[in-house]
Amino acid sequence: MLQLNCPFCGLRDEAEFSCGGEAHIARPLAGNQLNDKDFADYLFLRDNPKGVFLERWRHAAGCRRWFNVARHTVSHEIIETYAMGSLPKSKAARQAYQESWRRKTAAEAASKPAKKGKEGR
Amino acid sequence: MAKNKQVMRVKGGSAVQQDKLVQFTFDGKSYMGCAGDTLASALLANNVHLVGRSFKYHRPRGIMAAGAEEANALVQLGTDGRVEPNLRATQVELYDGLVAKSQNRFPSLKFDVGQVNSLLSRFFPAGFYYKTFMWPASFWMTYEKFIRNAAGLGKVGRDHNDPDRYEKRHAHFDIVIAGGGASGLMAAWQAGMSGCRVLLAEAGPRCGGWLNSVDDVEIDSQPAQDWIKKTLVRLQAMENVSVLTRTTLFGYGDHNYLTLAQTVTDHLKDKPAHLPRMRMWKVRAQQVILATGAIERPLVFSGNDLPGVMLASAAQTYLGEFGVLPGKRGIVMTNNDATWHIAFALQEAGCLVKAIVDTRPSASPALKRQAESLGIEVLSSHGITAAHGHLKVARVEVSPLTADGTDITGDALHIDCDCILMSGGLSPVVHLHSQARGKLTWDEKTLCFRPSSAHEAEQSAGACNGTFDLQRGLKEAITAAGKAAKAVGMAVQTVDVPVVDAPRINRAPMAVWSLPNGQGEGEKAFVDFQNDVTASDIKLAVREGYHSVEHVKRYTTTGMATDQGKTSNINALAILADQLGDAIPEVGTTTFRMPYTPTSIGMIAGRSIGSLFDPVRTTQMESLHRQAGAKFEHVGQWMRAWYYPKEGEDMEQAVSREVLATRQAAGLLDASTLGKIDIKGPDAAEFLNRIYTNGWLKLKVGRCRYGLMCKDDGMVMDDGVTTRLAEDHFHMTTTTGGAAGVLDWLEEWLQTEWPELRVYLTSVTEQWAVATLSGPAAKDILTAAGVDIDLANDAFPFMSMKKGHVSGLPARLFRISFTGELSYEINVPARYGAALWSTLMKAGAPFGLTPYGTEAMHVLRAEKGFIIVGQETDGSVTPLDLGMDWIVSKTKTDFIGKRALERVSMADPQRKQLVGLLTDDPNKVIPEGAHAVLDPDQPTPMAMLGHVTSSYFSPNLGHSIAMGLLKGGHELMGQTVYIPMLDGHPPIKARITDTSFYDAKGDRLNGAS
Repeated sequence: MLQLNCPFCGLRDEAEFSCGGEAHIARPLAGNQLNDKDFADYLFLRDNPKGVFLERWRHAAGCRRWFNVARHTVSHEIIETYAMGSLPKSKAARQAYQESWRRKTAAEAASKPAKKGKEGR
Repeated sequence: MAKNKQVMRVKGGSAVQQDKLVQFTFDGKSYMGCAGDTLASALLANNVHLVGRSFKYHRPRGIMAAGAEEANALVQLGTDGRVEPNLRATQVELYDGLVAKSQNRFPSLKFDVGQVNSLLSRFFPAGFYYKTFMWPASFWMTYEKFIRNAAGLGKVGRDHNDPDRYEKRHAHFDIVIAGGGASGLMAAWQAGMSGCRVLLAEAGPRCGGWLNSVDDVEIDSQPAQDWIKKTLVRLQAMENVSVLTRTTLFGYGDHNYLTLAQTVTDHLKDKPAHLPRMRMWKVRAQQVILATGAIERPLVFSGNDLPGVMLASAAQTYLGEFGVLPGKRGIVMTNNDATWHIAFALQEAGCLVKAIVDTRPSASPALKRQAESLGIEVLSSHGITAAHGHLKVARVEVSPLTADGTDITGDALHIDCDCILMSGGLSPVVHLHSQARGKLTWDEKTLCFRPSSAHEAEQSAGACNGTFDLQRGLKEAITAAGKAAKAVGMAVQTVDVPVVDAPRINRAPMAVWSLPNGQGEGEKAFVDFQNDVTASDIKLAVREGYHSVEHVKRYTTTGMATDQGKTSNINALAILADQLGDAIPEVGTTTFRMPYTPTSIGMIAGRSIGSLFDPVRTTQMESLHRQAGAKFEHVGQWMRAWYYPKEGEDMEQAVSREVLATRQAAGLLDASTLGKIDIKGPDAAEFLNRIYTNGWLKLKVGRCRYGLMCKDDGMVMDDGVTTRLAEDHFHMTTTTGGAAGVLDWLEEWLQTEWPELRVYLTSVTEQWAVATLSGPAAKDILTAAGVDIDLANDAFPFMSMKKGHVSGLPARLFRISFTGELSYEINVPARYGAALWSTLMKAGAPFGLTPYGTEAMHVLRAEKGFIIVGQETDGSVTPLDLGMDWIVSKTKTDFIGKRALERVSMADPQRKQLVGLLTDDPNKVIPEGAHAVLDPDQPTPMAMLGHVTSSYFSPNLGHSIAMGLLKGGHELMGQTVYIPMLDGHPPIKARITDTSFYDAKGDRLNGAS
């Protein structure tokens, strides 16, 4: 059983948490045009890497807050935990973030307001 | 009382009190043992060697070891509910009155019908089950019964509940040490002296390990056993050190999460009521030191599984710890020096050692001289090529061998004996290190795998690290404990390494893995005793193309099951490597799985059994429902009143009565279990606007609205009515089963996607008790009960909420309806729930108020065509599929699921869509889940249209009604479909209709009748 460092409560057993899968999947803004195939990158495709994986966890049996975890899927090393809405600090986790195929997707680009058009929602 | 006939008992035995006799029963026969005995040592003292039948061939088996590695002597303990199978007799502590049975035999141990398997053993090779029962596949049903009956060991006490109590304990330690031998104790002393919080777990009843069975070792100028006792006393005096005996570290998980099994009362005759039988420890350790020792390997020769064939180290333990001889005339069979010392000790204690058979050309001169002086014959470059005997070994063939031990060079000698003591060298117990994903390395000198690098914060010390020399092992333990103490941040107080005075023993064995067979093919040389795997099975597997060690393991079953290859692993690997022409390290090891030794399921379950298995949630009105004779059903963790049968009524009659009464007079439903979430904050309306598919910004204070929420894939996940209590305050209701999931869902979006929204969520499901009063008489009943709210339709319209009092109880009244009748959902603070229910029932009696349960609720809503999420939907159904286009906003920029609903595939006219079904025969109720087809006469497999989701007999309509999800259903309106039946009945004919079967215009909502 893993031990995770909840940014709000400290080091706790995995049993107190629930895993929410891959982190940093930006939701396309509704106002942005996106074809079905590109939208599927956001909706359906999930990474399953051998190595450093950035994922979301929730302290379900504790403070109920969500946070991000950089975990090595082979060694189960918890490289770092960091707040929602922020990026990892460690080199390995930053690299995993930057090198993810998701960074290049139209779905991710569509998560930011289009440059000229009006903002979504 | 049995007579004391312990014919094999001799003087000595560090663990037993020979003057304290203990009676026990084995296979119905009474015996005497001594206090301190194990079941195995007591049986041996009585010269009982035959204790079990083997797994596959039902061969007679004896006691081969003295500890956890025992693979043969598996016994069943106890009677009735206290039956525990597959216990190693070597680990069962004897107490007065103990009852044990042998396993895997019928009708008796000495005459076993299953032994015919042994005669047919040519037909039971490796992979037998895979090969034989593959074809024809349909016969598996027939085979299975016989296989299940013949396979497996022991019987569970299935007719009784386990009467014992088990506990769990969670703990944190700086350092956990596995193993209470000299190395473990030394490490504990070093770590304890450095101020660390230490747990030392010893699987057996005593610390000291192998030192308990020798008297020629001194530590710090005192007998080793005295040093052990003194060290223990010192450890027990330290507040920061806990020593647990009878405690096995059986599982090593990620991040140093350890699971330990402590047996608390198994060894006691009178088991104190306040103590649990076992205690499971769940421990998080910062550092772990493994000091789990080593296990002796058997030698693989023909007949090596006969009772009377034993590991030499086990014989040493039985003699040294228990004062028991393995026999009167022994043969010692070895490939290393250490066994010679055991031979000498046995000879001196009264077991005539007829020969030391050594595969090596020569041993050290000192050993030879000692053998000579004791009058023991030495046969160098010899090996046992066959052992013979009926139910026990009686005679061996010893043949001269080539220098590499693989071939016979001359005629065999035949020697009579009653025991064989064998040794193939030592294997470090690396199981926990391996469970912790540590790596192993092959040691060419001592011919064993030992730990190389660790994955977790874990170190090995002593014999389990391949360090068989006591002096060096103690030093290693001190170093490891020092490192661990430093790692946890303690100032290390280095203790002195004790000085060991012991015979110097060369531990390097000769590499001989499988002795040549003197009898030719046919006699069995066992590698894995527990799983009945022979050397030839492994060779056969290789011939059949299984080359990976993991494949050979599964095909032959070597190293599997409860034994996890304790004695068999290295021999199997070596034989495999030999067959493949590879070096052992290249073949590699299989993964050792937890648990290290079999662990009681009862302990793992702990207190989480019976009513504590899963929490049961009840409403405030539950006792009133029980008094009214309600039947209950589980809805999630809730117990809900299902229906209220009157005397003589069956379920159908009761439900029919409740449904009719609700539409004709009034019904009362306990709706307390509905999920309720309090939503507050300046952005609450905007939040709901994004969560639900319909619009929420314009909802007026005091008004209610039905909402449907989708996942972001556009599929329906929950529904319910939400009410605006104030500009920034909403009361959301969810389905009973979905409450927790919806709260989590809302939190997830708030925290991860829209953290800028100022909204706060609180579950208030259990803060409110809810009674739903429904039916034409609802208004009159409420008035009779006393209410300070104007109930007139224009003052209190449908889909609105009023605060006030009902019969003096503070209440929120919601005019919403799940029945289609005039309805009030009356919410009161939970503590008034029972009062509200009784008041309403009393006030309603003159009006014919009838309590109704969840089943009637289902019928009433189905009459109206209202969906139930989870019944009409299954995670693949969109609001459009349900025909609920009206609830999906066309104007909102975004809501969860909006973009997904716009996908091309969502507009496919052939999606399954919700329709009503009216059967031709009004009395025929279609089974829920049944499939519909357009043409019942088409050839099979038929083209399925979809399935029936809800189906009831509607007492109000006098007609069966159903809903179903059918392909392109909305376009098929008015058409006829058929529902084929499995039971040979003709297909049910039904017409596709709209889903609102009753009062489609909704006139009854305002109380019109």
